[in-house]
Amino acid sequence: MKKEDYKKLVQKISPPEHRLRNAVVAFLTGGSIALIGEVIITILVTSFGISRVEAGGWLALIIIFVATLLTALGFFDNWVSKCKCGLIIPTTGFAHSVASSALDYRNDGLITGLGSNFFKLAGSVILYGVISSFILVIVRVILGG
Amino acid sequence: MNYLCAFLFAGLVCALGQIILDNTKLTPGHITSCFTVAGSILSFLGCYDYFISKFGAGATVLISNFGHMLYSSAYKGYLEEGVLGIFSGMFVKSSIAITGVIVFSFIFAIIFKPKD
Repeated sequence: MKKEDYKKLVQKISPPEHRLRNAVVAFLTGGSIALIGEVIITILVTSFGISRVEAGGWLALIIIFVATLLTALGFFDNWVSKCKCGLIIPTTGFAHSVASSALDYRNDGLITGLGSNFFKLAGSVILYGVISSFILVIVRVILGG
Repeated sequence: MNYLCAFLFAGLVCALGQIILDNTKLTPGHITSCFTVAGSILSFLGCYDYFISKFGAGATVLISNFGHMLYSSAYKGYLEEGVLGIFSGMFVKSSIAITGVIVFSFIFAIIFKPKD
């Protein structure tokens, strides 16, 4: 069999990428997380009488707690591979990346394994977030904000 | 109405991320970093506070909010303490997320065994 024939055969057999379906799934999961978040904020504000900003802080903690717990129990990896950006772009993705690298490298030791690989994936988020914010604050200061 | 706005905004941002992920060679790591930087740029332009007032949790659950928190607290630090405030104030608002992630991940990594 020639190389090109083989390529065609592979293209025929391998399932087509469902780009539209992926986008719809991401839309629904991401939206649902925001919806649940909004419900939690409303409940906290009405039943505990705290401000919306404080409720937002509690919401962040709750989301991170649930995401790390589900990662540790082993459910979250499956869901991420199905929903992709629906779970990666909300704060759950940040919590998931830290929790999964902590779990994966735990057996290599507490310092050389868990400690040094803790921020393996989330490190880039923190790094570029800090660098971009720093530069933008400097720009704003120079512009006379 | 609040709920619908939050749902639509977060959903659209996630769908946008998914479309970028599917049509380019970028990895999820690139996507999250890009969205964080985008969050701080939107905060710099003054859009993000508007998003939060309009869409509530729809804007605060996203990773872009992390960039917004970094930028806004660094700028607030500058207004209060000058240049030193940029350094001391950078993590003030995002401290909840970072400390929470560290504490919970460490505890759960100690308690649970990884599944393969």
